[in-house]
Amino acid sequence: MNQAATAKSPSPPRRFNLRERIRDRETAVYSILLIVAILFPIVDIYSNDGGTADVSQATRAGTFVLLAIGLNVVVGFAGLLDLGYAAFYAIGAYTYALFASLQLQSSPLHHAVHVNFWIMIFVSMFVAAAFGAILGFPTLRLRGDYLAIVTLGFGEIVPQLFYNFDNWTGGINAIGLIDQPHLPFWLQGPWSGDGDFKVVQNFNFNSDPVAFYVLIVILIALAVILVNNLYKSRLGRAWMAIREDEVAAAAMGINTVTTKLLAFSIGASFSGFAGAYYAANIALVSPDNFLFLVSITVLVMVVLGGMGSISGVIVGALTLYFVIFYLIPGLPQNVTNFAGTIGLSDNVANAISDATTRLNFIIYGLILVLMMLLRPQGILPSRVREQELKHAAVQEDEAAVEMSHQG
Amino acid sequence: MSQAAADNILELTSLTKRFGGLVAVDNVTFNIKRGEVFALIGPNGAGKTTLFNNVTGLYTPTAGRVVFDGRDITGSKPHQVARRGIARTFQNIRLFDYMSCLDNVRVGRHVRMKAKVWDSLFKLPRERREEERVTEEAMELLRFVGIQRQANQYARNLPYGQQRRLEIARALATDPKLLLLDEPAAGFTPQEKVELMALVRKILARGTTVFLIEHDMKVVMGISERIVVLDHGEKIAEGPPDEVRKDARVIEAYLGKSA
Repeated sequence: MNQAATAKSPSPPRRFNLRERIRDRETAVYSILLIVAILFPIVDIYSNDGGTADVSQATRAGTFVLLAIGLNVVVGFAGLLDLGYAAFYAIGAYTYALFASLQLQSSPLHHAVHVNFWIMIFVSMFVAAAFGAILGFPTLRLRGDYLAIVTLGFGEIVPQLFYNFDNWTGGINAIGLIDQPHLPFWLQGPWSGDGDFKVVQNFNFNSDPVAFYVLIVILIALAVILVNNLYKSRLGRAWMAIREDEVAAAAMGINTVTTKLLAFSIGASFSGFAGAYYAANIALVSPDNFLFLVSITVLVMVVLGGMGSISGVIVGALTLYFVIFYLIPGLPQNVTNFAGTIGLSDNVANAISDATTRLNFIIYGLILVLMMLLRPQGILPSRVREQELKHAAVQEDEAAVEMSHQG
Repeated sequence: MSQAAADNILELTSLTKRFGGLVAVDNVTFNIKRGEVFALIGPNGAGKTTLFNNVTGLYTPTAGRVVFDGRDITGSKPHQVARRGIARTFQNIRLFDYMSCLDNVRVGRHVRMKAKVWDSLFKLPRERREEERVTEEAMELLRFVGIQRQANQYARNLPYGQQRRLEIARALATDPKLLLLDEPAAGFTPQEKVELMALVRKILARGTTVFLIEHDMKVVMGISERIVVLDHGEKIAEGPPDEVRKDARVIEAYLGKSA
């Protein structure tokens, strides 16, 4: 609307007002995230003398960010609780793994297939989206708890299928030696590689964490732009209308069946995306990587970050990833070091370290409980959640006041 | 199609809805003419809202036919009915609470929009233009019902009377030929009732036929041209307000209690 106004009236020329831009929280968060994303590998590699362990950790975190963005479409926008989201992730990963490794040679097909990563990432996306629609179809009449149970079942079935169809998928032996992405030929000119005109290094992904890092940052940026576009569109409003009141939405002419199916399949397509990336990055997929815990972790990331807020779920995913894969595993070592520096004997230090190792999950749980107590609306909530909670709090206060009057 | 049929925007023929042993709407037949204000009245539990739900596709009639604008819509889905051109409001307001007023009305516009997933995903120029147009139209409707200043507030933060108005604006956004209002004046002050009647006349002037359920006799008698009275799911009277008011069965069933 603003653009329309400026296009029609020539009077106030639109200037880029930095201060106003920053006041817009979303823009500020995205800018910070982008700056951190660019600076992180440079600073980290420099400070670690070329070590890239942290960068490869960050690429894993990136897959979770992609997953959280996708699940947010289903849970945050359309209000459909999905507890089996890892299933689509698995489907995306296996789609790439099967068509870009030697696996199909030992299958009844007897012929290995190697399709280019850049094609397969979109194929994986569409396959996951198709399965999203397939899952969505029987669950359309379900709501809330019932829907959650059915999606939970789907999430349990899919890894089992990958276990049991072992002549195709390798079952428990997993699929290894998955092809690495290569940049397309038009980017691999004489300026790359070892030739005389070499300007940059060869664009080879061969387990180079930095290349994968750049790729995931680009994928996330793409996902954010696309989901943001959807959020502010006809479809995004229809999702929210269904979340708010399905009957009224239908009476306003929204086809609730197709709209919900779209939520499921668009949500699933992002995890297909993430799955293909993950398979290429780790070069090994096993059904064990896609169990219920993954679905729950992604859901916690979405809730923790702020349901319905895109920037929120990104921050939520990064925070939780840091807690689960960095803070908690590193805790015993850090505790021992700390005990050493304050002068406790080795025996005591080791005992404390043992205790923290055993209490890992309790500490994780406590951190979650604390975060939810301190910020029940999520780290960066959408305006909606903020209002809902405020409203609930006001109602509680009113009820309390009423009670005290009666008493 | 005969001339009479073409004049009718909605024709209900022996419409019946049973819930188990309960007959909520019993063999009801009447026609609504294009461009009139038609009222449906009756005591509580007479089956008025059930009849609305049968027309708008929330329920499927057990028997009988619903013909809208010359087309049989019996058993259509709610969104198909909305697309054909019937919009409604609800007895207990059903807004999208945590969406802005503007967005509520823009959701109403959904059914007249063309943007597909791809258009929205990549923000193609035609999608942008459509969004701009729809925003303008939605603002226009908010002005029409007089709540344009609340455009960016959440629907649930509006006072009760404005919520009723917003619901009407949202319904009008679907470009209806027939607007169903379910007790639009419930809980209104006399002043608000007068304003509502003025609004209904303005809606009529836009070329939308209005079909309303109302308890308040002043409102019903003041704006409606014809009335149907339901009691226990049966039609007991039909005609202009003056006639219905004098009908012995109506007085017994309904007016007798209040007048």
